[in-house]
Amino acid sequence: MAMIAIGWPNWRRLNQEGIVFAIAILLFAAAAIGLPGFLTADNLVAIVRSVSVLGILALGMAVVIIGRGIDLSAVAIMAMSVAWYLQLLNTGTSDGLAFAYVLAGVLAIGLFNGFLVAYADVPAIFVTLATGSFVFGYVRSQLITQDAVPVPQGHWVELLGGVRFLDIPVEVFVFAGLAFLFFLFLRYTKWGRYIYFAGDNPVAARNIGVPVRPMLVLRYVLSAFVALIAGLLTAASLHSINTRIVNSTLLYDIVLVAVIGGIGLSGGRGGVRNVLVGAALIGILLNAMTIIDIPLLYQNLIKAAILLGAIIVDGIINPRDEQTAQQGDI
Amino acid sequence: MRLFRTLIAAATALAVTAFVAPSFAADDPGPAAYAKSLNGKRVMLVPLAMGFDLAQGWAHYLKKEVEAWGGTFETRDPNWVVDAGAQAITDAIASDTRPDVLIIHAPDLNSYSKLMKKAQAAGTYVLLVDNPANYPADAFVGSDWDKLGQLEAEAAIKGCGDNSSKKIGLVQGDQANSSSLYQYAGIMKVLEKHPDFQVVAKPDSNWDATTSRNVTTTMLQQHPDICSIIDFWDGDATGASAAIRDAKLDGKVFLVTTGGGEKAADCDKLNDGTYGAVVMTDLARQSGDMNAIIKFLLQSGQPAGTSHSYIYTLEKATTKADLKPDSCWDLKALQAEAAAK
Repeated sequence: MAMIAIGWPNWRRLNQEGIVFAIAILLFAAAAIGLPGFLTADNLVAIVRSVSVLGILALGMAVVIIGRGIDLSAVAIMAMSVAWYLQLLNTGTSDGLAFAYVLAGVLAIGLFNGFLVAYADVPAIFVTLATGSFVFGYVRSQLITQDAVPVPQGHWVELLGGVRFLDIPVEVFVFAGLAFLFFLFLRYTKWGRYIYFAGDNPVAARNIGVPVRPMLVLRYVLSAFVALIAGLLTAASLHSINTRIVNSTLLYDIVLVAVIGGIGLSGGRGGVRNVLVGAALIGILLNAMTIIDIPLLYQNLIKAAILLGAIIVDGIINPRDEQTAQQGDI
Repeated sequence: MRLFRTLIAAATALAVTAFVAPSFAADDPGPAAYAKSLNGKRVMLVPLAMGFDLAQGWAHYLKKEVEAWGGTFETRDPNWVVDAGAQAITDAIASDTRPDVLIIHAPDLNSYSKLMKKAQAAGTYVLLVDNPANYPADAFVGSDWDKLGQLEAEAAIKGCGDNSSKKIGLVQGDQANSSSLYQYAGIMKVLEKHPDFQVVAKPDSNWDATTSRNVTTTMLQQHPDICSIIDFWDGDATGASAAIRDAKLDGKVFLVTTGGGEKAADCDKLNDGTYGAVVMTDLARQSGDMNAIIKFLLQSGQPAGTSHSYIYTLEKATTKADLKPDSCWDLKALQAEAAAK
């Protein structure tokens, strides 16, 4: 089952990924014909760029979800780690030391998430919800003085935002590079394969000798680290980071990208390609709706309707696996 | 004898009165009445969040004023969550230390209407600041957002010039917040008088800088000859400016926005050319207005909800050309001042 889902699309059996991919292609074709200026190189780059940070976060989320977990602290880690980093820089801490602190903090939160889920057996949804709130509350109240923290002038983060190859912004390359690395990891490494086993049936995976618990910890650390990268890219582009983003719908958008692409929340299914498909749909959709000038309220409605549709169709085509489903699944 | 005594007493009384009267005249009844009405009164500010320049500026100036006249000043931080704000207001009204004046920064037109009514019924004066709401508070202190929109549009038209494409893009906030809706109405009023100028796109940023960047990028690709963009808040206009920078249109697109006149957020960015014009609120004066109306209400003796005044702050579109050293207030300096105490 898992093997089929991560191979090339199985066209004989239409799954959610196939459906979403088809919708994305249809939308793309419709927009290319109907919307002037849609099918230009610049706009296509803008589409990919607009979902790069979202896609990077979704990669981290995907790995966690495939292993039958979820990381609701990703956005808090992304915003607060970078806000703290910039605050340290603005108050005169040396760059190396500031980065070391922040990296240590990020890895510690990832380890803590993983430890509680793997060894204390607390459901991931509660652990990460709590650590997310904690990270936000602690950094916001103790370490930074206001919501928006600017990047110091001339700092490498600011310069990073201006980096272009062939007129393509740097975050597109980072997204592509990370997607490729995650693909290699999930597809060709032993630990990558183990994630599917653990996600599909944790008890069986443990019985055949897979180090289920240490790997669980690794996934949350990976997710936290990816969040830091996403945060740095956001700050690079905007020359500041606004911690208000923690209150936004970004977290749901990340889960949306992963789930809409066909990564089942019950674990063991999906891969990098699903994230790319999900990100492509969201990117094309948002871009087309912006070109048509649809108000934000309707944009959210349309986005939600498409998600709901994809989930319903998936529920009908791919019913829950009663053998491995268990209480407490999300 | 009795009569004589009475006469003496009367004469003495008269003499004493005559003697004392001048000192009565020198004793101004004002301070006593002032202290009697104001001493120990509680003022509470519930902004959208305490983490941004406007709220921190208001809190700084109000705290100084309120504590100077013997009152106590408190803030609550709902951190952009409407429910948390509602909870803070509900708790404040119900508590033993119910504030005498509640200053509310409303998230939208309707959310807090019932709570404001409750507060007034309990005897608390309600001030609305910055964002209007569909409720007759005791006073509204803040921008006339319609007028502010008009100033932005005039700045944009001026920034474009007569020989430009005359195409303007808007990055609105959302479709629920009064500041966004009225700002839009004001902009359109001015543009109606200039039919040669047209709005080519008007996406929402949802007050988020990344969204602002993405919609502005799309807007600039669809209409590369846009001569001016009006972003509805300096909090997310950093996104619009990033998109302009990325499209290599710096200096060609005149970015207009509005904000609380904080140095790093507004003046520095006017100075480096990121923003073409910013319609700035004079925050110290706005806080002063709030303080004046609070002092008036507390001394008026009128029950809460009796009168409804609109105290609009003077707004002005500032460009790099008319920047002065005192055009902005400096949040860092205020924080340093607070830390030094």
